[in-house]
Amino acid sequence: MYAIEVEKLTKIYGKGETAVTAIADATLQVKPGELVALLGPSGSGKTTLLTSIGLINEPTHGKVVIDGTMVADEGWLGGLDLKRLRREKLGFIFQHHNLIPFLSALENVMVALEINHLSRPEAKKRATDLLESLNLGHRIESYPKALSGGEAQRVAIARALANKPRVILADEPTAALDTENGKNVMTLLKTLAVENQSAVLVVTHDHRMVEGFDRIFQVRDGRIVS
Amino acid sequence: MNLAIRDIRYHRGRFVLTSIGLGLLIGVVISMGGIYRGLSADALAILESVKADVWVVQKDTNGPFAESSRIPEDIKYRIKAVPGVADASPLSFQTIQVERQGKPFRFFLIGYDLNGFGGPPEILAGRNIRQKHYEMVVAKAMKIEIGEKIRLGIHDYTVVGITSKVVSSGGDPAAYVSLADAQDIQFKKDNDAIRNDRARIDNNLAGLRSLSPVQAKYVKQNIAGITESTHTVNTVVARLTPGANLHEVQEQIRRWNHFRPLSVEEQTKILTRGMIEKSRMQIGLFRVILLVISAVIISLIIYTSTIDKIKVIATLKLIGAQNRVIIGMILQQSLLMGVIAYALGYGLILLTYEKFPRRIVLEAFDLQVLFVIVMVICTLSSFVGIRKALKVEPSEALGG
Repeated sequence: MYAIEVEKLTKIYGKGETAVTAIADATLQVKPGELVALLGPSGSGKTTLLTSIGLINEPTHGKVVIDGTMVADEGWLGGLDLKRLRREKLGFIFQHHNLIPFLSALENVMVALEINHLSRPEAKKRATDLLESLNLGHRIESYPKALSGGEAQRVAIARALANKPRVILADEPTAALDTENGKNVMTLLKTLAVENQSAVLVVTHDHRMVEGFDRIFQVRDGRIVS
Repeated sequence: MNLAIRDIRYHRGRFVLTSIGLGLLIGVVISMGGIYRGLSADALAILESVKADVWVVQKDTNGPFAESSRIPEDIKYRIKAVPGVADASPLSFQTIQVERQGKPFRFFLIGYDLNGFGGPPEILAGRNIRQKHYEMVVAKAMKIEIGEKIRLGIHDYTVVGITSKVVSSGGDPAAYVSLADAQDIQFKKDNDAIRNDRARIDNNLAGLRSLSPVQAKYVKQNIAGITESTHTVNTVVARLTPGANLHEVQEQIRRWNHFRPLSVEEQTKILTRGMIEKSRMQIGLFRVILLVISAVIISLIIYTSTIDKIKVIATLKLIGAQNRVIIGMILQQSLLMGVIAYALGYGLILLTYEKFPRRIVLEAFDLQVLFVIVMVICTLSSFVGIRKALKVEPSEALGG
């Protein structure tokens, strides 16, 4: 079973003459444990595709299946709790880590767990274990502004992994990092994808990071070209 | 995890400063309520200290606290004779302003019958007035030492006792002298005026050729006696016997035609509704304006704080946070700000209210009502931020 299945996904913004097709007839599948890239220049539609898979941006046409659950078929399926699906099945990693500035590293991870109704002691234990596994045990009390770019992105990865999602969606996770930190992050994502059997879909235009992906989808002008 | 507390802890400097500002504003609102209660308490202070059931004043007047009321002192005997009246005592009131230690010194002088009632409610230091003349008891608020002399008119009055904080409806502290002294101070004419009056009587009588010199002298003495008399008072207060019917007593006195018997209830109404109504409305309006300003400030603070957190809110939504998590964060911050500001404002007034020039009376009920109002304002104000937060799209978390 695929963790992500997208079939003929189309997203059109606007109507009539002003309509803009951001992504057209995109089809892809990602298996658990796979690290897959959506590579393309700015404005090619890769983030639109990512947000449609991430249950943020409603597709105009096409189907989206996440971990066996059909979520979109010519628009969102009725009766779905998209927030709950995002909480339980998806993990997000952002370009600028998006850590909550007034929470410590530990609390940033805990918040994702508590939102998913984990008790505080459980959340604390799991968050601590996760941060320690990412070599951040000494930084758990630090606030985001005290963390380096690489450390902050690792905390963000820990938060994305906290609820053991089947799918991790990463939007330019290395764009704000230097080459060494960027490569470290990619290595970490690959390791975690395999260990957790999560499908990791990474949007990037950073050609430095193409090594290590299991597959790469090239996106041009709203279409997956290879 | 309480996100509101975490945010406040992280931005504690900004939060504390905002709360202090808001606290000062709420402190002013509390003090204004206290001033209003103080006005009422001041207005009724003398009324309550006298503990009378009926205030007999000049007909067609509202009594000595509202306007000029003059009645003869000896009416007290007739009042005492009314069935149901246990005791009656004449009182005289006047506002005095003298110079003391080079500064204007204003107080409310009460003259009372030393054998009657209506004198100082209690003696905190020294003693009560014992001599008929030139002794004085002053309110503690006047800050005068026992033994100090104050010149009123042509005589010096020695302070022999200190009484509790009795003030006039205008907030001036009260001082007590004997009725005879008060009448002299208020009604006694100076020597030039007496000489002029006597000369006028002489001239008028000289024109009456029908009077013999002996008759003229007799008439002159009688007229002078009347014109120079100081046996006038502003009111006669009466206490009723237990079980006496107030309305029957009032009705009997009213039938005499020249007097108006006011019950304590009527006197209270005159003092509170008539004399302090405008002040009360003014203060009430100020309080409303200040509360509206507080609401606007809280709304702005919460809105700005929400705008600052757009990315945080978007991220929370993206990772699946329910709306109640976000609403809770904003609402709790708003309420917490209100609670802290209220506590600061209350604390500030509690520490300073005795130093205010006018009396501040802090009543638990008023404070509780204000607290509820502040909480309602905080709740309503947070809606501006909540509305903004609920419109934030999770996709705003993406990108730079």
